[in-house]
Amino acid sequence: MNIVKNYQENRRKFLLKSARTIGLVVLGSLTWSAYLSEVKASSLILRPPAAIKEDDFLATCIKCGLCVEACPFDTLKLAKPGDNLPLGTPYFVPRDIPCYMCVDIPCVPICPTDALDEKKVKDENGAFEIRQMEMGVAVVDVKSCVAFWGIQCDACYRACPLLGEAIDIVYEKNERTGKHAFLKPVVDSDICTGCGLCEKACITEKPAIFVLPRENALGKVGDHYIKGWDEADERRVKDASVEIGKTKINKKSAVESLNSGMEDLLND
Amino acid sequence: MIKKYRFLIARRVSQISIMALYIVANIYGINILMGNLSTSLVLNTITLSDPFAVMQMIFAGAIISFDIALGAFIVAIFYFTIGGRSFCSWVCPVNIITDSANYLRRVLKFDEVQKKQPATRNLRYWLILISFIISYFMGVAAFELISPVSMVHRGLVFGLGFGLATIIVIFLFDLFVLKNGWCGHICPLGGFYSLIGRFSLLRVHHNHEKCTACMKCKVVCPEIQVLHMIDKSSEPVLQECTSCARCIEVCDDDALNFELRNYMKEKK
Repeated sequence: MNIVKNYQENRRKFLLKSARTIGLVVLGSLTWSAYLSEVKASSLILRPPAAIKEDDFLATCIKCGLCVEACPFDTLKLAKPGDNLPLGTPYFVPRDIPCYMCVDIPCVPICPTDALDEKKVKDENGAFEIRQMEMGVAVVDVKSCVAFWGIQCDACYRACPLLGEAIDIVYEKNERTGKHAFLKPVVDSDICTGCGLCEKACITEKPAIFVLPRENALGKVGDHYIKGWDEADERRVKDASVEIGKTKINKKSAVESLNSGMEDLLND
Repeated sequence: MIKKYRFLIARRVSQISIMALYIVANIYGINILMGNLSTSLVLNTITLSDPFAVMQMIFAGAIISFDIALGAFIVAIFYFTIGGRSFCSWVCPVNIITDSANYLRRVLKFDEVQKKQPATRNLRYWLILISFIISYFMGVAAFELISPVSMVHRGLVFGLGFGLATIIVIFLFDLFVLKNGWCGHICPLGGFYSLIGRFSLLRVHHNHEKCTACMKCKVVCPEIQVLHMIDKSSEPVLQECTSCARCIEVCDDDALNFELRNYMKEKK
């Protein structure tokens, strides 16, 4: 009798203990996962040159800081607790220190995990080509850029290492005065590397030109529109998949539909 | 007198000089040991990587580069031979924090008030499993993004931020909540290293003939379960031993010493 009682008690204890352990494990895992999805969601982060896609980057970067040590301008930082960014991953804030686009790109080849992929910044001959990097893209806030007011300023244009290519100055007549010109900075997003020298140079209290990650700043046309005058653009949509939307056609005759009253519509 | 602290001094020298090498590499560019404990570059040639971090990256779906795989392999082989958790007491900077909390516990006589420890020391092995599972589902190295160990040593090299709070939390936890709480119960990195060191050759051995059962070793040992054989039999300590050698120092009977394991003899 005692054995049975003991057995039952032990079983109860075992079940209770297991339930408690499982409960704690689930609780811990959920909190942990919630934290991870939280830090993964911080998308407004600028990565070093040649960084692979953000999702792959987060999985691949081992957080060793070798790129940070290699950077001669102290541009790169590792996310510290309190930065609200994926902990330990490298990033830069162009407003503090922009990327100076070294020709030998020391931060990239030192990466031991290939989270910074050399191939992305090499040309066909295997030579480093810093202009191929896509860290971000500069965006102009036309309302707070004084050049759009008519005040002459070309600070960002002059600061750009790809002067005249990544940022161009567009002349326009100033109708308000009738005798002056606007000299508006316009960014070519195909060429801009997102180094942030323009943002650093901007004269306004809070820069009117700033670098955003490309996914956040750029739109995407998709396959519906092509430039018919541009052969290259036709090649872009060569593999487009065709989606045909079909509306169901009413099989009834018009008179019948009109005579049927509202029941059909209501019942459906 | 110094004989009583020879290993402790050697350990502190080892821990601090390793950290110092990382710090001078980052600040002054003296590149003997670059990076941090996640991945280091020794003399600009050999990569050394944390095998636990690399395992998590594999589960997260990262493509592992050759450098990192080789680096993790070298580190794993090293600790496989000399005892996995010697990392904990000879390299890891968190050890200094938890050791000082432990020391304070002894000075303030907390241990005499609260003898029994309510928590399981196997939690760390479960945490290894859970960090692999979460890494797999979240696509990031899960423990690396919350690891206080990485946070502290990365913090010391690259700037601490709120990482200081982590240090204080670990210290207070070990002092007031759970004896040897972090290193002895929770840290999955230590758990991973103790799995690696399962068959290590260099171990502390207990010599039953010389032992007078004074139990001084059990007072200082941070992983008290590894000394289960004290006063009972002559055998090497268990895998959780961090090779801190405090037991060797405090033993007045010379009953504990580092020895090479003899597997042939052990099997009988």
